[in-house]
Amino acid sequence: MKKALFLALTATVGLAACGEYSQVPNYKQGNYQGKSDTRPWEGDKFAGNKQAWENDLRARNQGQTEYNRIK
Amino acid sequence: MARMKFLCDTERCIECNGCVTACKNENETPWGVNRRRVVTVNDGVPGEKSVSVACMHCSDAPCMAVCPTDCFYKTEEGVVLHNKDACIGCGYCFFACPFGAPQFPNGPAAFGVRGKMDKCTFCAGGPEENGSKAEFEKYGRNRLAEGKLPLCAEMCSTKALLAGDAPVVSDIYRERVARRGKAGEAWGWNTAYGKPEQAQERTQERAREQNREGAK
Repeated sequence: MKKALFLALTATVGLAACGEYSQVPNYKQGNYQGKSDTRPWEGDKFAGNKQAWENDLRARNQGQTEYNRIK
Repeated sequence: MARMKFLCDTERCIECNGCVTACKNENETPWGVNRRRVVTVNDGVPGEKSVSVACMHCSDAPCMAVCPTDCFYKTEEGVVLHNKDACIGCGYCFFACPFGAPQFPNGPAAFGVRGKMDKCTFCAGGPEENGSKAEFEKYGRNRLAEGKLPLCAEMCSTKALLAGDAPVVSDIYRERVARRGKAGEAWGWNTAYGKPEQAQERTQERAREQNREGAK
């Protein structure tokens, strides 16, 4: 009787959590599969001239600070 | 050109909603969709603060991470855009976004059916030919391809809302803070945009002013 009880207890302790499996999903970084987009300087206005586009944008950027107007 | 960002100066925003109107008109967004909103904290209480909120074009955007169809992409300028042809209107991005940027038009549909997601594009259109009719109908105006900044920022009457190259925008804000002597409540000097040496200069200047006042 004692032996059977001992075996049962050992089995309970020893086999506990054997059916446990990781519940953390494997996250895979997805990649954009859609249509490719044209870059801003590739339109009609700049015709691929990135430098001109950057200059235009820089001027607009600086236009946001009114301190430039009183200098 | 580095990374495109928005910055709203809460010390200047007067809650006029000009940015909201400008965006809605420029992009002709459908009924119920506001790509930009003005949020006021402590409305009606003296010292209330307003901030204009839209897509923040996150560096590590949660909407991109959760999208089951991977319809999001990021341009070289750091603008987060999406392909409406691939969007299934599931709304995951809406739950993931901490700013409530993704919007869903439902038009005349019954039972609250969601349409394809619509959000601020930094006036950079989407994956269609620059300036084309298809691009305008799906994503709105592509001002960036015209060498212009988003209209919300350019229309801002008090220049509270700044847009553009992140280092330039930071410099503009930093100069303002240095001139007026304090940052906005929401954006701390030392948190993101303050140069330590400038903070030190300001402290020294304040100490000198106090000494002068004390001497009088």
